[in-house]
Amino acid sequence: MIFSNSPKRAPRLATTLWAAFLLAFAPQAAFAQDAAEAPVAEVSATETTVAATDAASTEVAAESGYTPLGPEHIKGAPTDKGWNVQDQYSPIGHQANKLHWGLIWFMAIISAFVLGLLLWVIIRYNKRANPTPSKTTHNTLIEVIWTVVPVLILVGIAIPSIGLLAKQYETPPEDAVTVKAIGYQWYWGYEYPDNGGFEVVSNMLDEQAAAAAGEPHQLAVDKRMVVPVNTPIRLQTTAADVIHSFAVPSLWFKLDAVPGRINEKLLYIEEPGIYYGQCSELCGIKHGYMPIAVEALPRDQWEAWVRTQPGGTVEGDATADASEGEADGAAPAETEADTAAPAAAE
Amino acid sequence: MATTAEGFDTPDHGHTDAHAHDADHKPGFFARWFMSTNHKDIGTLYLIFAIIAGLVGGALSGIMRMELAEPGIQYLGWYVNMMGGEPSFEANLHAWNVIITAHGLIMVFFMVMPAMIGGFGNWFVPLMIGAPDMAFPRMNNISFWLTVAGFFSLCFSLFVPGGAGGLGAGVGWTVYAPLSTSGSVGPAVDFAIFSLHLAGAGSILGATNFITTIFNMRAPGMTLHKMPLFVWSVLVTAFLLLLALPVLAAAITMLITDRNFGTTFFDPAGGGDPILYQHLFWFFGHPEVYIMILPGFGMISQIVATFSRKPVFGYLGMAYAMVAIGVVGFIVWAHHMYTVGLDVNTKMYFTAATMVIAVPTGVKIFSWIATMWGGSIEFKSPMVWAFGFIFLFTVGGVTGVYLANGGVDDVVHDTYFVVAHFHYVLSMGAVFSLFAAFYYWFPKMSGKMHSEFLAHLHFWGFFIGVNVIFFPQHFLGWQGMPRRYPDYADAFAYWNSWSSLGYTIMAASMVVFFVNLAYAYIAGKKAEGNYWGEGATTLEWTLSSPPPFHQFETLPVIEDHHDYHDHSTSKA
Repeated sequence: MIFSNSPKRAPRLATTLWAAFLLAFAPQAAFAQDAAEAPVAEVSATETTVAATDAASTEVAAESGYTPLGPEHIKGAPTDKGWNVQDQYSPIGHQANKLHWGLIWFMAIISAFVLGLLLWVIIRYNKRANPTPSKTTHNTLIEVIWTVVPVLILVGIAIPSIGLLAKQYETPPEDAVTVKAIGYQWYWGYEYPDNGGFEVVSNMLDEQAAAAAGEPHQLAVDKRMVVPVNTPIRLQTTAADVIHSFAVPSLWFKLDAVPGRINEKLLYIEEPGIYYGQCSELCGIKHGYMPIAVEALPRDQWEAWVRTQPGGTVEGDATADASEGEADGAAPAETEADTAAPAAAE
Repeated sequence: MATTAEGFDTPDHGHTDAHAHDADHKPGFFARWFMSTNHKDIGTLYLIFAIIAGLVGGALSGIMRMELAEPGIQYLGWYVNMMGGEPSFEANLHAWNVIITAHGLIMVFFMVMPAMIGGFGNWFVPLMIGAPDMAFPRMNNISFWLTVAGFFSLCFSLFVPGGAGGLGAGVGWTVYAPLSTSGSVGPAVDFAIFSLHLAGAGSILGATNFITTIFNMRAPGMTLHKMPLFVWSVLVTAFLLLLALPVLAAAITMLITDRNFGTTFFDPAGGGDPILYQHLFWFFGHPEVYIMILPGFGMISQIVATFSRKPVFGYLGMAYAMVAIGVVGFIVWAHHMYTVGLDVNTKMYFTAATMVIAVPTGVKIFSWIATMWGGSIEFKSPMVWAFGFIFLFTVGGVTGVYLANGGVDDVVHDTYFVVAHFHYVLSMGAVFSLFAAFYYWFPKMSGKMHSEFLAHLHFWGFFIGVNVIFFPQHFLGWQGMPRRYPDYADAFAYWNSWSSLGYTIMAASMVVFFVNLAYAYIAGKKAEGNYWGEGATTLEWTLSSPPPFHQFETLPVIEDHHDYHDHSTSKA
């Protein structure tokens, strides 16, 4: 999953070039949405530099239908006295949760079995119950059994486990929305290279602010990572200083953010809502103070949010496709990204 | 004369004239304890050292549990003050990282390892194989003092600047780059790294010493397949040390040069890679966890056989299970790195390889139970601790199988679930075996019997305490609470309060342990040579308690009719 040494500038440059490219060739491309695309691309080209210089202070008013989700939409968060994994909201989460439950039973049964044997030995073979010890030191059959049976049990675990791994490493489809999570000491930046290259800087809310927002302290942030629901997301992680780790327990997702590397993994969220996570690799003094909050929105609302960001564009501005795409995410694979390029090349 | 095994001596001599004999002539205090070349004295030094280090490491965990008892930052400022710093939000948080780092390093390098290998290994490997001493007595001495120097270097690091305006190294016991290189300014991390160099050098020397001793100095007739399982366990451990520690030394030397001499081994800006450090560290780090537990396996085997009055079941299976664990332990390291962005095939391989370790471990658990099966079990204190060990190590083992699954691990990696897992295998595995061994051999080492009542009381307090500490941490991990956090959301408060309560129970039981020690020295009965009776059949039980200053001047002979489980001649 290593692509290159952190080309932090490269995606932004690429987006700018891409926008210029579209701008130049858009009239020749035979797509209905091109009319809409051109002006947006123009905005992108001009405002990217603004976003780059002042990404942190992008307090653009939500004039276009986007309002942040309130605390009533919190889905992925720890619960008081909770003992199990958080409720899962991704296909990987559901699959992993099944294996997780299987393993809980495995752990409980093995532990109970060993405890039972120990208790039996204590009752039956104590000095009073059995004054004369046997001298048995070998029994080939039982030794073979307690070697082979664990092997079979482990194979039984390994098969679904390997299957889960294969599933987790599925490559995101080409039309997946790319989000690049960048770990800093001690906050997260979320870059949207396909949507104008703006970067959202996400800081933890202090206890009072979190209380005012009705959100849990240590988890609430000022600006969330906003993503579309039911859409494959190509989540990339990297870091600017030391290693961080992007983790969201309710999505069964954890990927280290390593300086000099870009890691990538498919993320897919099934329901709109807020999903909390926390940095999961020791990164210095405020390691415990750089939470992650993912806000999943229906596609159209997400697009509205993107447009509120400086330089935020929806690639190809494919509003017509979007309602279709929302239904089953990966299906309309030949989107503007693919088809526009050969068309443009002509 | 007590200089030879009683069983090989004419019975009427006994050990009556032990003090009159040259063999018991001891050097003066300074020469004996500071320039020691006697394996038993060095073993004693290691044990005293490990107890002191354990107190420091345990006190640090006390501060951690106090801080985590409820949400918010309450006690770290007090710690910063105590260490001579200036409390502030940043300094307090840095102190937290320093505390977790010091706790981990102290418990691993200065408590468990010195106690297991330096302490009990030094004391009992020569006794059990019928050797007069270790192969290289002076090297044994320098091994110990290097470890002490390492401990001082680590303690010193707590008082010098470590970046972020605070004192001490706040990088975690894993010392990951770049947090430990560009991320930590100041000499504290250098001292912490130097501490690992010193302790590591001491351990490498110790490992060569054990390998040489075990290969060359076994009593006549004691073939490898007649060695007690504790000696087997130390032999395998010594090989792991010898092969793993140089890799750690290389990795942390690269850290030093990255920090101070402009190299970029782990800095992508100069073509390096932070993940390289993790591969090197865990190539050492995973064998390291077996280094910490294998001697415990050996101790439990001796104890279970003794108190069941029955030979160990499946001796060869037990010995080679340890060898298998040692070998496989070298090829599973990347399961500590499941989330760094490994390739899918790599992750599948490490998932499968890691699960393989459960097989020889299962063989050991079942063989211990089979040893007890049909036995005539006496519930003396070492046996009670051994029972605790077997059950709790099983619990830690099955959570290990859970974590081995790379796909499942994603949700719990670097959370309290992992903390719970490795404390079940270390704080309850390794430490239970240490206490079992302590009560088993303490009268042999000191010549004084401890109180069985207090030892049982200690067991129950400790057993309940550590379970209350660590069992709820599984829940916290599943709920998503990350490791190494000084503060947390309110939803995590409930199980954290249980965990902190458990600490107080555990700490109270440790008071009982020290009371028991004091009792033994003040009022303890004199220990006989073989105070555990007929179940104890290895060579150390043929000697007086404590053994003479120099033992086995006439080597004992293991004859053909002596099987692996019986080296005493009393019944021959």
